[in-house]
Amino acid sequence: MIDSTSLTAIADTATQVAAIAGMNLSTLDIIGYIVIAVGVLFDLLGAIGLVRLPDVYNRLQSATKSVTLGTLGIMIGILIVEGFTSIGIKAIICGVFLLLTAPVSAHALSRGSLRFGAKMWKGTVIDSYGKDKLGGPQIETKEKKDEVA
Amino acid sequence: MSGFAVYTIGIVVVLVLAAVLCLFRIFRGPTIADRMVGVDIMGILFVGITALTGIIYKLDFLLDVAIVLALISFVATIALAKYLERRTLDD
Repeated sequence: MIDSTSLTAIADTATQVAAIAGMNLSTLDIIGYIVIAVGVLFDLLGAIGLVRLPDVYNRLQSATKSVTLGTLGIMIGILIVEGFTSIGIKAIICGVFLLLTAPVSAHALSRGSLRFGAKMWKGTVIDSYGKDKLGGPQIETKEKKDEVA
Repeated sequence: MSGFAVYTIGIVVVLVLAAVLCLFRIFRGPTIADRMVGVDIMGILFVGITALTGIIYKLDFLLDVAIVLALISFVATIALAKYLERRTLDD
């Protein structure tokens, strides 16, 4: 089990290793840069999902959630590294703004693309919105035809 | 150049790689909705890149630039979604 004493021991060890390598890093700096690295990893995985997934709704779902959380992680890491200076306060304001507005824009995009007529992937199970409002589920049935770009 | 600077610049390079993947989706996307998703995600990634550059070089006005970039990206995405909703496939 990981408890607080072992975490403190790990952080002290990391500080000593950084001091041997010639860098003056405190414990908060190391924690902050680890949080920033986790956020950047989430960003990269979201961008890979944007390339790999089959239709526009899957791409929107993958990319929006993980990229929003990753950028919020970067901002929280900047706050931990810099403390409550002007840089840290601006970073956490920017992160909270992104957390509030990214789901709104993703919802507007998915609604707009459903009204536009972008078909869902052919393995989709159910489309209740299209069945109620658009006169039939918007799931592509045949093999993928050439759509007008 | 210390090891610390190498670490931070490497993180920015990974974010730029993610932005290049979004650019791939913008060029290849079969419908116009895919391109709009790519533009939206690339805007959020640029906010992160700008903020990290601000703490690497200790320039606090770059955080102001990041906030304004987030605002403009949100408004642009809402406008593009409204434009997409009014248009049909057989125009």
